[in-house]
Amino acid sequence: MSKALLYDATLCIGCKQCEQGCADQNKLSYDDKIAAEQRQSDHKFTVVLAKDDKFMRRLCMNCNDPACVSVCPVAALRKTPAGPVIYEVSRCMGCRYCMIACPFGVPRYEWNSVNPKVQKCTMCSERVLAGKQTACAEICPTGATKFGERSELLAEARQRLRENPGKYVDHIYGENEVGGTSVLLLSSVPFEEFGYRTDFPSDPLPNRTFAVQSRIPDFVPLWGSLLGGIWWITHRREEVAKAEGQDGKKGGTK
Amino acid sequence: MKIPNIRWFSFWKLVLYFVLAAGLYATVYRFFLGLGPSTNLTDQFPWGIWIGFDVLCGVMLAAGGFTLTGAVHIFNIKRLHPIVRPTVLTAFLGYVLVSVALMVDLGRPYNIWHPLIMWNPHSVMFEVGWCVMLYTTVLALEFAPVVLERFRLEKLLRIIRGISVPVVIAGVILSTLHQSSLGSVYLIVPTKLHPFWYTPLLPAFFFLSAIAVGLAMTIFESSMSAKHFGRQLELHILKDLGRALMVVLIVYSVLRVEDLIHRGVLKQVLVAGYERNLLLLEVALALVIPIVLLSFRKVRETPGGLYLASVSTLLGFVTNRLNVAVTGMEASAGVRYFPKWTEIAVTAAIVGAGFAIFGLAAKYLPIFPEESHVASPEPRAKEAVVVMSHAD
Repeated sequence: MSKALLYDATLCIGCKQCEQGCADQNKLSYDDKIAAEQRQSDHKFTVVLAKDDKFMRRLCMNCNDPACVSVCPVAALRKTPAGPVIYEVSRCMGCRYCMIACPFGVPRYEWNSVNPKVQKCTMCSERVLAGKQTACAEICPTGATKFGERSELLAEARQRLRENPGKYVDHIYGENEVGGTSVLLLSSVPFEEFGYRTDFPSDPLPNRTFAVQSRIPDFVPLWGSLLGGIWWITHRREEVAKAEGQDGKKGGTK
Repeated sequence: MKIPNIRWFSFWKLVLYFVLAAGLYATVYRFFLGLGPSTNLTDQFPWGIWIGFDVLCGVMLAAGGFTLTGAVHIFNIKRLHPIVRPTVLTAFLGYVLVSVALMVDLGRPYNIWHPLIMWNPHSVMFEVGWCVMLYTTVLALEFAPVVLERFRLEKLLRIIRGISVPVVIAGVILSTLHQSSLGSVYLIVPTKLHPFWYTPLLPAFFFLSAIAVGLAMTIFESSMSAKHFGRQLELHILKDLGRALMVVLIVYSVLRVEDLIHRGVLKQVLVAGYERNLLLLEVALALVIPIVLLSFRKVRETPGGLYLASVSTLLGFVTNRLNVAVTGMEASAGVRYFPKWTEIAVTAAIVGAGFAIFGLAAKYLPIFPEESHVASPEPRAKEAVVVMSHAD
């Protein structure tokens, strides 16, 4: 079954322990200066945004049907059955199509490296495979970030919405966005305030491409036989004209 | 065939050397410092003009190759035959240069061969990569007779001529696929690309415009060749191309307007704004100006008028590709992108190299076949003058 994270912004106290835990897990340096950075980057895979006393995390949503995975020409990005979307640098050729394709604008690039990698949260895939929870969920002191089965977390999110009318925005972000994600969000302030777009379609983005790409195997023999047929007809006409002793209207030799 | 000497110095040659040197410097700069310091690309805006111009426009401008070989060899329109060779050469150069440019843009260019063994058939880029690779091979085969004739390799020549029909058909299929697929590249960003340009019809628009550009590019090249090599197409061929161009542009315009109407975006065209203005620039250059020009018989039937219409078409569809790759992506990215000098220098050098190699090939290889010499003796005399002036 697929694992997921449920982040309830109303439980978050903005302690940034998750940022620390994430940096430790991914062997990234973390200090006060980096803690103050309010955006994801090649050295900061998750960030706790703050507006007055409201907080919101940003991290890779680890989509169910990820655009980044579908566009990668060398299959360097992969959706694992356990949930995490992982990146294999040895395959990557650095085309950055994943960054273009991601609707959440998550993948980051090591712009200052001559041998750059794509960087993003991979939902602690090694820990998850080993049966552990993600570093951010483990370290969270308030339970704002919770790790578990996606279906169970969804049920819990629905329950929280039901039992606390008026407390939350009536929406589980990530339940249906672009086909659903492995990160689910609850918030008391509109998601847009923290840069989450709420106008996303509920069908996975790779469907848009697949609608065209899947026709190619049928198209090639069809187009090929049509072109071959046109060649045959246009040249046959000429042979007939020659055989009948009429000089081809257009003349010219090949 | 007489081999002319090259004159190494003239105003335009010096400009060319400067452009090539600047491009080389920028390339070294990029490989020693990385993409960050050498470009204005960011996490918010990861694709710039190296993709928007060098790749998207480069492939589009090379579309004359399949348009012309298809028309001549499959549809058997023989009177276009004299221009097949220069067009195939332009196409081949175009694809080689696109590949070179891509090497500069890729973060890990030494892995460019990975799609050969690491497959993801769901990826449009995977498909485009394979098509471009195969089609460059096809173009090499289509151009090979020119080189083989020059060195009189009769046996190889016979083999290549024997497989020419399936090769041409394969070339048209591969071109249909990747010209349209460069539009499909953007089907994955319905939430990011501005609605003026995001449409499920992107692949159809990219394919149709590739044909228009293929025709316009052929007219443009003929005019340039006339100026620099004293070779020009007979006017009746140019007129045919002009008429075909007008038809394709009208079909494209009708489809484009229908698409804007059905997606309910037409009203937005009336509201002033950054995207709107660049859309109007694109539509004016690519569609309105050439269609209006070509609709006058006097313009349609003179080399100057056809030249103007073709240049406008080319500029218009270059604007279109840049609008898709840059303008249309800026609002959702929340940043404005303008290329750094290094990006411009590399792109300019790529274009310059294209002109230079074409010029050299035109001098040393029989790309203007004998029939056209016979058919138009005047330009040939002119060429002799050019050759002599180069030999001084």
